[in-house]
Amino acid sequence: MKAWRWVLLLIPGLLSAGEWSGFIELQGRYFPQQAQDRDQSGQLVSIVLQPEYYQRWDKDKQSLLFIPFLRWDSEDDERTHGDIRELIWTYAGDGWETRAGIGKVFWGVTEALHLVDVINQTDLVENPDGEQKLGQPMFKLSLEQTWGILDLYALPGFRERTYPGEAGRLRTHPHVDTDQATYQSDREERHIGLALRWSHFIGDWDIGLAHFNGTNRDPLLIPDLNNRGEVVLIPFYEQMHQTSLDLQATKGDWLWKMELLHRSIDSGSYNAVTGGFEFTLVGIADSDMDLGLLGEYLYDDRGDDASTPFENDLFIGLRLTANDVEGSELLAGVIKDLDDDGWMFNLEASRRIGNDWKTSAQIRLWSDIPVDDPLYAFHRDDYLEFTLTRFF
Amino acid sequence: MKPILIPIVLLFAPAMALAATAEERGLDIAKEIEVRDSGFHDFKATMSMLLRNKHGEESLRDMRNQTLEVDNDGDKTLVVFDEPRDVKGTALLSFSHKMGDDDQWLYLPALKRVKRIASRNKSGPFMGSEFAYEDISSQEVEKYTYKFIDEGEHEGIPSFILERYPVDPNSGYTRQQVWVDKERYIALKIDYYDRKNSPLKTLVFRDYRQYLDQYWRADEMYMENHQTGKSTLLTWKQYEFRSGLDDGDFNKNSLKRAR
Repeated sequence: MKAWRWVLLLIPGLLSAGEWSGFIELQGRYFPQQAQDRDQSGQLVSIVLQPEYYQRWDKDKQSLLFIPFLRWDSEDDERTHGDIRELIWTYAGDGWETRAGIGKVFWGVTEALHLVDVINQTDLVENPDGEQKLGQPMFKLSLEQTWGILDLYALPGFRERTYPGEAGRLRTHPHVDTDQATYQSDREERHIGLALRWSHFIGDWDIGLAHFNGTNRDPLLIPDLNNRGEVVLIPFYEQMHQTSLDLQATKGDWLWKMELLHRSIDSGSYNAVTGGFEFTLVGIADSDMDLGLLGEYLYDDRGDDASTPFENDLFIGLRLTANDVEGSELLAGVIKDLDDDGWMFNLEASRRIGNDWKTSAQIRLWSDIPVDDPLYAFHRDDYLEFTLTRFF
Repeated sequence: MKPILIPIVLLFAPAMALAATAEERGLDIAKEIEVRDSGFHDFKATMSMLLRNKHGEESLRDMRNQTLEVDNDGDKTLVVFDEPRDVKGTALLSFSHKMGDDDQWLYLPALKRVKRIASRNKSGPFMGSEFAYEDISSQEVEKYTYKFIDEGEHEGIPSFILERYPVDPNSGYTRQQVWVDKERYIALKIDYYDRKNSPLKTLVFRDYRQYLDQYWRADEMYMENHQTGKSTLLTWKQYEFRSGLDDGDFNKNSLKRAR
């Protein structure tokens, strides 16, 4: 279908006014250790603007969501960037739904790693945890039946992963030159990806089964020379098939979770699994606070050749939910490599101030990372982050 | 047959009434409340909570509620949050059950993630308010055992006074004392007793309105915590019964669409 046709469909809705909301955020990061490269900065200040426009019409059957995103960063030109997180039209039929535009989709259940989540590219300059995603062009048809929900996706257009620039921290050495990215497919970033997912719940069990065929969101990073004759890493995007399963059993205060995948790519097919539990102690010490205990095991059968640092690792974490008026939360955890001494520590805390403000803090530390581990790139990049957000 | 049968029934009736224990009488009242409130099919409403601490500091929660009646089980509910702003668009889908844990999914719009959550935590504060999830979830007869205590009055309205005891061991209460309007069979006031059987909270229902000539709903529910001095005023507005909701409005896709 030509793009203008579904744009025409939107016009009746656009004639009546929708609602604007969104947020503006001030972020500061401080890196206590001397950077590996002289070009890299020791701290940064950054501002995000993310407005959101939403409108529905046709007895709420149709809606339009538009979320542009802009970040300015004081140090890193690559981190100063914009994106259309979402610009998507939704039509909700009776027992089916269709979406078209730029959208965001999440698959999966585990906490330490989002293994099977594959539709959207990672906006890696945002945060090394990879949870921030770039908008993905898509057509989606979803069938909602008694046997579950079946989602069919066509994904025209591919988004390249963002990487910090030379002045940025939390990057590889040498840095990644995104301007020279290459592809296995002759159609390059115009290759059309396809995906299918069935999800359902049966009693305490939630299950998701998916297949994806398209450009691998995780590039190989190949050392080469840039046009100034410097050694850089150049992303190479392969084609891949991924079959995945995500499963959660909700048994009282226990959540049992697992994500499993098989990926076939020319550079080597592999299997990976992440699984574990979250156990919640409700109302600890006679208070309103809940304490969650998390444990997950992360495995990748490529072993030390894996492009991920999590090939035989254990995650242990705590989640403290205050259940107070300010919605205070704290999540702290350690991921320990079981094959060597390397470990990483992560803490995220947040608290609301009044109705429109929120503060959050983040600490990430990497320790005893061996030279051959992908995380070695970050071994001097421990950081402390503070954010203040104003919602409107 | 009829002329013979009626005298027999009349003969036994007084004896049956005497035989009814306080437990049976309590259960009968609870069943009558449920019978009178069934058949509404579905409704939509907005909810706003005004939270106040003992220093008088206030905080606001705005939500929209959609509820679907389910035959022979608890209701299905979808709640979407509008305020505070940081949780705007967050939505909670609950399939409540007469027995056992409810099924609950939470939608986090920033990540587009639907999370199945442990629903055993019924006693914790709902959005930092004085309402626990178990206070506002679907009230099913099977969730309690009952005892008739006395007849009395609440604000001049003749009432039955019952006690009900949560069946679920994870409830935050040992017992609740409920004032039920004798004529309309609706709750007027509930006193909650904590796990140590100390007075914890009092809920007062105000400004009942009747919808579809049958279903009574209070405009305001005022919950006061006697132990902390905090209170929450829950105001219901824009009730719309039989608004055309069906099962398709209560799945993981509709949870993501809700906002």
